[in-house]
Amino acid sequence: MASLDLDYTLDSVEPMEPFDRGRRRKIRWGRGIILAAAALYFIIPFYAAMQFSLEDIQGHFSLQPLTELFSQPGFLSATWLSTQLAVVTMVLTMLLMVPTVIYVHLRMPRFRPAMEAITTLPIIIPPIVLIVGVLEASPLWLKSSPYLLALVYVVLAMPFVYRSLDAGLGALDVKTLVEASRSLGSNWFSTIVRVLVPNLRSALLSASVLTLALVFGEFTMASLDNWTTIPVWIAFAPTVNPRINTLVAMIFLLVTVVVLMLLVSFDRSQSRRTRSN
Amino acid sequence: MLNNVDVTAATTAAQSAPPSGGAPVELENLTRRFAATTALDGFTLRIEPAEFVALLGPSGCGKTTALRVLAGFERPDRGRVMVDGVDVSGIPAQHRDMGMVFQSYSLFPNMTARDNVAFGLRLRRQKGPQRRSRAHELLELVGLAEHVSKYPHQLSGGQQQRVALARALAIEPRVLLLDEPLSALDAKVRAELRDQIRELQQRLSITTVFVTHDQEEALSMADRVCVMSRGKSEQIATPSELYSKPATPFVAEFVGVSSRVNVERTGDRVHLFGRDVKIRGEDFRLDLAVMDALLRPEDVDVAVASDGLGVVVHRSFLGATTRLEIGIGGESVKADVMSSAAGEFELGTRVSLSVNAPDVLVTEQRPVR
Amino acid sequence: MTDLATDTGTSPSGVRGEVPRPKRLAGALVRSIRTSAPVAPFALYVLLGLGIPTLVIIIFAFRSNAGHFTTDNMKTILSGGQYLTGFETSLKLAFVTSVASGVVGTFVAYAIATSKHDLFKRLIAATSGVLANFGGVNLAFMFIASFGPAGIATKWLASAGINPWNHGFNLYRFWGVAFVYMYFQLPLMVLIITPAFHGLRESWREAAENLGASSWRYWRHVGLPVLMPSVLGSMLLLFGSGFAAYATAEALTTGTIALTPIQIGAILQGNVLAGQANIAYALGFMMIVILLITVLAYSLLRRRSSKWLR
Repeated sequence: MASLDLDYTLDSVEPMEPFDRGRRRKIRWGRGIILAAAALYFIIPFYAAMQFSLEDIQGHFSLQPLTELFSQPGFLSATWLSTQLAVVTMVLTMLLMVPTVIYVHLRMPRFRPAMEAITTLPIIIPPIVLIVGVLEASPLWLKSSPYLLALVYVVLAMPFVYRSLDAGLGALDVKTLVEASRSLGSNWFSTIVRVLVPNLRSALLSASVLTLALVFGEFTMASLDNWTTIPVWIAFAPTVNPRINTLVAMIFLLVTVVVLMLLVSFDRSQSRRTRSN
Repeated sequence: MLNNVDVTAATTAAQSAPPSGGAPVELENLTRRFAATTALDGFTLRIEPAEFVALLGPSGCGKTTALRVLAGFERPDRGRVMVDGVDVSGIPAQHRDMGMVFQSYSLFPNMTARDNVAFGLRLRRQKGPQRRSRAHELLELVGLAEHVSKYPHQLSGGQQQRVALARALAIEPRVLLLDEPLSALDAKVRAELRDQIRELQQRLSITTVFVTHDQEEALSMADRVCVMSRGKSEQIATPSELYSKPATPFVAEFVGVSSRVNVERTGDRVHLFGRDVKIRGEDFRLDLAVMDALLRPEDVDVAVASDGLGVVVHRSFLGATTRLEIGIGGESVKADVMSSAAGEFELGTRVSLSVNAPDVLVTEQRPVR
Repeated sequence: MTDLATDTGTSPSGVRGEVPRPKRLAGALVRSIRTSAPVAPFALYVLLGLGIPTLVIIIFAFRSNAGHFTTDNMKTILSGGQYLTGFETSLKLAFVTSVASGVVGTFVAYAIATSKHDLFKRLIAATSGVLANFGGVNLAFMFIASFGPAGIATKWLASAGINPWNHGFNLYRFWGVAFVYMYFQLPLMVLIITPAFHGLRESWREAAENLGASSWRYWRHVGLPVLMPSVLGSMLLLFGSGFAAYATAEALTTGTIALTPIQIGAILQGNVLAGQANIAYALGFMMIVILLITVLAYSLLRRRSSKWLR
């Protein structure tokens, strides 16, 4: 439901430096305490869970769960299924959203509020409710394929994919770029692919990563549609060692956090914008 | 904007509003550095009570920093601020008792005009009815009596700034500070507000510091103008003195229009347009043989001459006068003529120039590009 | 700004007024269809993927087992018993987590936004984005592994003398679930509310200070009132998020507390009496209604606050 808006910069909020040093110090302490408390709340469960998942029965650190992981029944097939769904979802989402959002930006600016509203719908109709309707409305041949999930995931991804692309396009002067490209003789397809897409790299990247995180973390619909994706596997797979399930959960969280952090740290266009502010 | 009705109402309002009084202000040797730049470099300025002083300069000259140090939003690295003989350098902005008008968008959006103006009074624990009537008074003073219940987003830019002015005056400050309050407004509104601010300031006799990069504003409003550059003051003088007797080349080029002409020096004179003209000022670098003279368009006389060394290369119609640009000796000189007589100065006409002033300001040669 | 969709163009005779109106309207219609055509795939997808399932839910919510229209399903839910309890608990959970995250999140967001380290701020923004989307199962397992009865953090606390489980803490009951929910509600709040701090202009702060206001008075008279619509709006979104969450609660509790999403899941999985399928639709319908109200309230608030902050 949340969307990652990497494009706003937080640096226009200036800290009001109070005049006297005493108050300044007090405020810095207050800020520090709040942030420290929040940090504790977020780090402790994470660290504890990591420790839990990399232990053996005596409670010492051990990489055993990691090595046992790949021999667990159903793990590899669940990973494979999740990967397939992720790829299909990402491809479909991009094919559907990128041209649409570009077109709306260029030719139908009045439609943008409507698009924002439409992409807010998945908030009003959450996965647990949506799956009920989807299962009832889908024909049997579709229901018996796991790709039904991919099709629905595209809908779930719309809110943040739209926001990401919208923000990315908003930062470019799309009209000028397109006109320049077309005046040099490029057709629509190569204009999109060669001019716009490269400039949308960071928006596309963040949208893709979030879609990936969505698919690899989506449990509700997958479990109720009876397909064993990774999250479903984590929850229900009878493993020798419960630590293994937790380990997989932690790995996925860690990977997404790291990838997104890297994205942000090395996003050159972002830093360019910050500097020019 | 101030029609008869407004003037009467404003006068009555002003008479019932006690004069805030002016306190003398002294900025002593202020220095303030930000990371790599020096915003203020030993800046000193003394302001008389009830005086209207404009800080004028290009962006980055330190004028806004100086104002903010005065207001208490910045702490100088060195130097001090004195108000009414008291050193206020250690007092935070909250307690300095100064009224400030910001460039734009400083009205509290969640309050009506009335509540905005009454805000300072509320902080000083004035009672409700008292606050409200004083706020109404002040809003009448700035001509916004019918807009008291409007929210900032319902007011135009000019109206917002007038509310901001009323708000600053409400607390009866000793000093009124204005940080480029007219820059965000369009020309017509700007001109109206300019007059209104000046009139109010005079009526209330309040010491005022006005920051601007627009020299027209500074020259037309201020008692004295402080021209600033790179954290220092270049010249502090009345507008007319600034214009007719610029002390430094920077001032000469920043205030009003001027042209540069390369000249040879002999003694305390320079050879300009075939004649020797005295150099203005005493303490001057008279060791250079070749310098640039700075001329105002109105100081240059133009005459049609078939053997003249100058050629008219450009004309601009400015209303009563026409500005000619004369190419002479590889340089460009601006000269003003009466538009009625401008007919003979078509493009390409050969002309001769002469200086119509007792002395001329000189400066170092502009480095050859 | 010419909008091709509404450009009526000129008539063949070159003068607009001379062409009869029906023809002009038809021309405009055709043009607007042609302009909107490229958006068709998207519209179609939304229709099929979202519209039809929703329609199905709405229809079946009012369907009896025999296929007739009935309000029995709704009556069953609203007249008491486990489904009404489920709603109450769900609403309570959503309310508690949204208020707690709202308040704490505002402070955290402010603390972050006023920090001077740019990279830090962006990293936090990125982390918030990820955590806010953190999948339910992973989150549940993380908390079970850390604060469950055999969890590592529980062991740490026990060895320090206080085992929370011995003092009434239960991860699998209402307050435990709320505790876990904060892990994604809080980042979500930080994410949504941070842009609102942009809207707080520095000049307001300085003007207030210039007029004699202390920091506290500034916040009381200007800062908080201006922020309030955004904070409330964000809390509404959090409310929706907390209300609709399924995976976390399911993985944590496997049915030990009554929550509407859990009950829907239970019916779908056939763990309930036969013939109750339509109740699931009715429950879904009720959820849609509640969420719709929430989102409408949110957009109303947003519209009001954006007027101020122009």
